[in-house]
Amino acid sequence: MSASLDKGVRVLKEMIDAPIASYFSSCVHCGICAEACLFYTETGDPKYTPIHKLEPMRRIYEQEYTLLGRLAKRVGLSKAVTDAELAEWQELVYNSCTLCARCSAVCPVGNDIVYMVRKMREGMSAAGHSPEGIKGAVTRTINIGSPMGVKLPAVKAQMKHAEADYGIPIPLDQEGVEYLVTLSSMEIINFPEYLGAIAKIMRHVGKTWTLSSEAFEATNAGMQIGNSDLARVIVSRVVAGAEKLKVKTVISPECGHAYTALRWEGANLIGRPFTFKVQHIVEVLEEFRAAGLLKLEGMATDRLTFHDPCQLARRGGVIQPQRNLMKMVAKDFVEMPDAGFMNWCCGGGGGASSIEEGEELRLEAFKRKKRQLEAVKPDRLVTACANCRIVLEEGLEHYKMNLPVVGLTETIAEHIPDA
Amino acid sequence: MDTLQFLTWVRGTGLNIALVIFVLGVLWRLAEIYGLGRKKDLSAPRNMPGASGWATILRRSLPPPGMLPTSPVSYIAGYVFHVGLAVVAFLFAPHIALLTSIVAAAWPGLPSQVVDFVTVVTMAAMIAVLIDRIARPVKRFLSTFGDWFTWTLTFLPLLTGWLAVHHLLLPYTLMLAVHILSVELLLVFLPFTKLFHAFTAFGSRWFNGAMNGHKGVPV
Repeated sequence: MSASLDKGVRVLKEMIDAPIASYFSSCVHCGICAEACLFYTETGDPKYTPIHKLEPMRRIYEQEYTLLGRLAKRVGLSKAVTDAELAEWQELVYNSCTLCARCSAVCPVGNDIVYMVRKMREGMSAAGHSPEGIKGAVTRTINIGSPMGVKLPAVKAQMKHAEADYGIPIPLDQEGVEYLVTLSSMEIINFPEYLGAIAKIMRHVGKTWTLSSEAFEATNAGMQIGNSDLARVIVSRVVAGAEKLKVKTVISPECGHAYTALRWEGANLIGRPFTFKVQHIVEVLEEFRAAGLLKLEGMATDRLTFHDPCQLARRGGVIQPQRNLMKMVAKDFVEMPDAGFMNWCCGGGGGASSIEEGEELRLEAFKRKKRQLEAVKPDRLVTACANCRIVLEEGLEHYKMNLPVVGLTETIAEHIPDA
Repeated sequence: MDTLQFLTWVRGTGLNIALVIFVLGVLWRLAEIYGLGRKKDLSAPRNMPGASGWATILRRSLPPPGMLPTSPVSYIAGYVFHVGLAVVAFLFAPHIALLTSIVAAAWPGLPSQVVDFVTVVTMAAMIAVLIDRIARPVKRFLSTFGDWFTWTLTFLPLLTGWLAVHHLLLPYTLMLAVHILSVELLLVFLPFTKLFHAFTAFGSRWFNGAMNGHKGVPV
């Protein structure tokens, strides 16, 4: 057994807890999880059945934690997990799983399959079987500060642009304000309109906020690859920034997994509860709306639909707020089939979008989104995740669909009256 | 050993052995699984009505919206044979008499013609899920020896019980003995095969419901 395989197997063993033992013991091989997975439904290949993606981990569970499995192992009746096997499983655990959790939402015996995939990735990355694309993103985040290599000067440049465009100063490192706004590097590089929109909205509702020079990046490639040690280092930057500036709330950007990393995994990664609140920008906007602070003008007359990011909706519990907000600005708001809790993933979540060799499969899986869109024929597609947005744009371009994709925050900001 | 001795053995010693393995096996497996525990979730919870372990235990008994057409045989035949098994096992008068002697409680049964009908329907549903397992690429791909073995273990008590009642294939006494033996095999293997989902499905649903319920997601 090679050193890395040994380590991977050890980590997988450590990952197994009562829920995972219960899940493996409950599976009856009904295959219903496959029907929920866009990688299966769009390819018809049974190897993409979600529960099958966990087969090496299941064997380790059986061999290490069950009486009969331990006996079988002792007398040489069970097959040990091999390096070649984990190498083969890399495609199943990363390229063809976006951690979207539709499988977890349908399993009749109640298995939270994606909870297990998240844990399996810990063992896979320890064994050295993780995609180069995500590895690079993690390395850049650890060494440079962001998965796309963005440094503070780039953020400052965008701040300047936003200040010039909107005529609103962008606060940096201000202590004692209510909100710490964080960004995803995708927003810094590809969608800088987000920052201007935030400035406009915050001025409109009269709330204090700041960016942080230490904690501007909210994404967490460490979580995506399945390395809790590195995920902890990355999330600790935001915690340190928030605590130093003594903010009440950290706002997760329009990014699904950044929300999961901060809102749900963060406290568990650092081993203590946060001293501040974490909210996705959509939740913050909803609070402003409910408090009557958003006094918007005009309604969009073209047909709009909303793509629910998996980590925000199904995995994050934010489903109604985006609809309330959409109805404030859209006269013709239509829902795609399966929208909301059971929405289909864009195909590039959970780190999948940074896996180059997974692109062909990703575009194949995008056919599901294409059908969803064709059912309602919108003029614009709104979402609240920069990663979904880029994956959607790539898919739409590939299938030659002429459909602009916009962020919800900027859509709201467009309807804020000029001060 | 003649037929009568065989029947006496399966009714006495055989049943006792099976029950002991079943009870100890279930307790062992439950301890083995749930004794592993889990870490406390340190993130701030979000409350939402219907987002809890108990709610998910109930909710997952029905197909989620849109799922029924994707796997009609699994859902419909699955429902029929689960309900059918429970009816046949627990509402047939001779079974109640036996169970009464073990658990010291009695309850009314169904007329034997009804149980007979349910048995036939249950067997038909089990054959349907077996064909589905062979015919559907995903199910066939996932299937292991355990799937065929546990199907057989579950089907035999139905078949042998029905044959015994109708005095078919073998002399009644022998068929009855074979029937009881088949139930004993089912009891012995249940804790150590996928049949154990009869117990853990509730724990799994609870964990899924509770952990997502912490996030305010009614799964």
